[in-house]
Amino acid sequence: MALIECKNVHAGYGGMNILNGVNMAIESSEIGVIVGPNGAGKSTTLKAIFGLLTVSEGSIELRGDDISNLAPDKLVHKGMGFVPQEHNVFVSMTVEENLEMGAFIRRDDFSYMLERVYSFFPDLKDKRRQPAGELSGGQRQMVAMGRALMVEPSLLLLDEPTAGLSPLYMNEIFERVIAINESGVGVLMVEQNAKQALRIAHKGFVLAAGKNRFTDTGQNLLNDPEVAKSFLGG
Amino acid sequence: MNEFIFFFNSVIISGAVIGSIYAIGAIGVTLVFGILRFAHFAHADMMTLGAFLVLILTALFPAVGPAIGLPTAFVMMPVAMVATAFIAVGIDKMFYKKLRENNVKPVVMVMASVGVTLMLQGLIRFFAGTGTQSLYIDDRKAIFRIDLPFESASRNLVITEPQILLFVFLAFAVVSLHLFLNKSRLGKAMRAMSDNPDLAKVSGINTNTVVGVTWIIAGALACAAGTLLSLDVTLKPDLSFMILLPIFAAAIVGGVGHPYGALAGGFVVGMTETLAVFNWTFVLRPLEKAIPALDLPNTLAFVPTEYKITIPFFILLAILIWRPTGLFKGKII
Repeated sequence: MALIECKNVHAGYGGMNILNGVNMAIESSEIGVIVGPNGAGKSTTLKAIFGLLTVSEGSIELRGDDISNLAPDKLVHKGMGFVPQEHNVFVSMTVEENLEMGAFIRRDDFSYMLERVYSFFPDLKDKRRQPAGELSGGQRQMVAMGRALMVEPSLLLLDEPTAGLSPLYMNEIFERVIAINESGVGVLMVEQNAKQALRIAHKGFVLAAGKNRFTDTGQNLLNDPEVAKSFLGG
Repeated sequence: MNEFIFFFNSVIISGAVIGSIYAIGAIGVTLVFGILRFAHFAHADMMTLGAFLVLILTALFPAVGPAIGLPTAFVMMPVAMVATAFIAVGIDKMFYKKLRENNVKPVVMVMASVGVTLMLQGLIRFFAGTGTQSLYIDDRKAIFRIDLPFESASRNLVITEPQILLFVFLAFAVVSLHLFLNKSRLGKAMRAMSDNPDLAKVSGINTNTVVGVTWIIAGALACAAGTLLSLDVTLKPDLSFMILLPIFAAAIVGGVGHPYGALAGGFVVGMTETLAVFNWTFVLRPLEKAIPALDLPNTLAFVPTEYKITIPFFILLAILIWRPTGLFKGKII
C-alpha cells in the first residue's frame, strides 16, 4: 500500500477547479518530485493533499485511509508535515520556539527530537536563541523543515524548498531532503529547479494544466527527450 | 520644595495611576487584536461589567475586606475576574465565533463589537441604574500622607490604598503575562498565532483553544482594570466607555499586538494627559516674588481640564502620521 496516493483528484478554490485529475503515489522510502510550468497546479496539489482547499472529485489516501478534505490540524495528528513556500517561519519567535510550535500537538518529552533536528541542520543549533526573522533565506527554510519534522511525520510535503536560494544552499537543502528521506520519512515536494530535483527523485510527476503529463522515475524523466524539450529547457 | 511635592502628587502619581489603568486595558485590547485581528470596542464595557460584578460581590459579602485588612472590593476582584473571563468567552461564542467562521472582514467584527458594547451598556444600566456607586461599602478608602524628611517641605506625599494596590496588581499582571507568553506552551502558541495564523494552523496548533485563552486573559484583565479604576474614583455605567479612546490610543502608541508596547503606551498617554492639564501657576508662584513684573493667571495649563479627552486623540493622530507601527513596531492597522 502506498504511503500517499492521489486518485484522479479534482480540486480548486470556490468552484473553480485548478486540478483536473491528478494521480500520484509514493512509498515511505521514496522522494516524489512534482515539476511543471507555472500555473500547472503543482503547489495546488500539495495544498489539496494538506486540506487547504476543497477536493471536489477523486480521493487522497494516506496508507489507504481517505484523508481528502480533512482539516490541516487533523492531518498533523495523522503524521503529515507541511512546509509552505512563503511565510513558513514564525519571524518573531526564536529558532527553538519555532521548533517547539511544530511539536505543539505532542504532550510527551520531545527534547530528543530537537536534538535530531539540530543534527540534521547543525547551523540551527548555534542560532537557536535567535529570532527566526533574522536568519537568511536558506536557514529559514531549514527552520521551516525542522518545525514540520518535530511531530516525526511519516510524510513531509515541501512547497518549493529552494525557491530564491543560492545554488550552494539549494544543494545543501537537497542533501538534507535525502537525509530526511533516508531516516524513513516519505517526501513529496514541488520544485522549480526541475533538473536538480529530478536527480534526487525516486518518482517524478510532470504536471500541465492540472493533470499528469508524465509520470515515471526521476531518472527516466530526465532522460526522456520529450520531457527535456518541453519542461526542462532542452 | 512644596512646589515639587505638589507636582509629584498631581502629575507623577496621578499620571502613573491613570497610565496603569490605560496599560491594563490596552494590554487586553492588543492581545485580542493580535489573535483575532479586529479592534474590540466592547473591551471598555467589559471593564465596567467586571467592576459591577465586583460591586455585587462586595454588597453580598461586605465584611470580608475588613477581616483581612484590604478593601472588600479588591478581595472580591479575583472572583469577578474569573466570572468576567467566562462572560468574555461566552460573548465570543455567541457573537464573534459565527462571524469568524464565515471569514468576514475585520470591519464587520468591529461593528459586531460596537453592538456588544451597546448591549452591555444597556444591561448594566438595566440592572444597576445610571447613578454613581462606590465600591467602598463597609470600609473606607485609606489615604496615606507621607511626611518627607526635608525641613522646607510642609506638604505631604499623598497616595491612596487603591493606588498602591493598582501598582502592585499591574506589576504582578505584567510579570505573570510575560512568563505565560514566553514559558508556557499555550502562551507561545498565542505568540505563534499572532505572528502567523496560517502557519500556526498547519503546525497543528489548535486555534480555537488559543482564541479561548485570549478571551480569558482579556476578560480577566478588563475586570481588573474596571475595578481598580472604580476603586480610585467611583463606579459609573459610562466610566470605562469614556476611556475607550485613551485605551486604544495606548495600544496603538505602543504598537498593536505588542503587550509590552501597550504597557509603555498606557504610561505615555496617561502621563502626557496629566501633564497637559496640570496647572503650573502653583509651581511658578515663587518666581512671582522674585520677578515683580510677572503676573501669573489663576490657571496656567497647556490644555484646559475640560478638553483632557482631546490629548489621547492628538497623540493617536501624531503616532498614526509619524510612526504608524507604534513605538514597539506592532502590526500596521
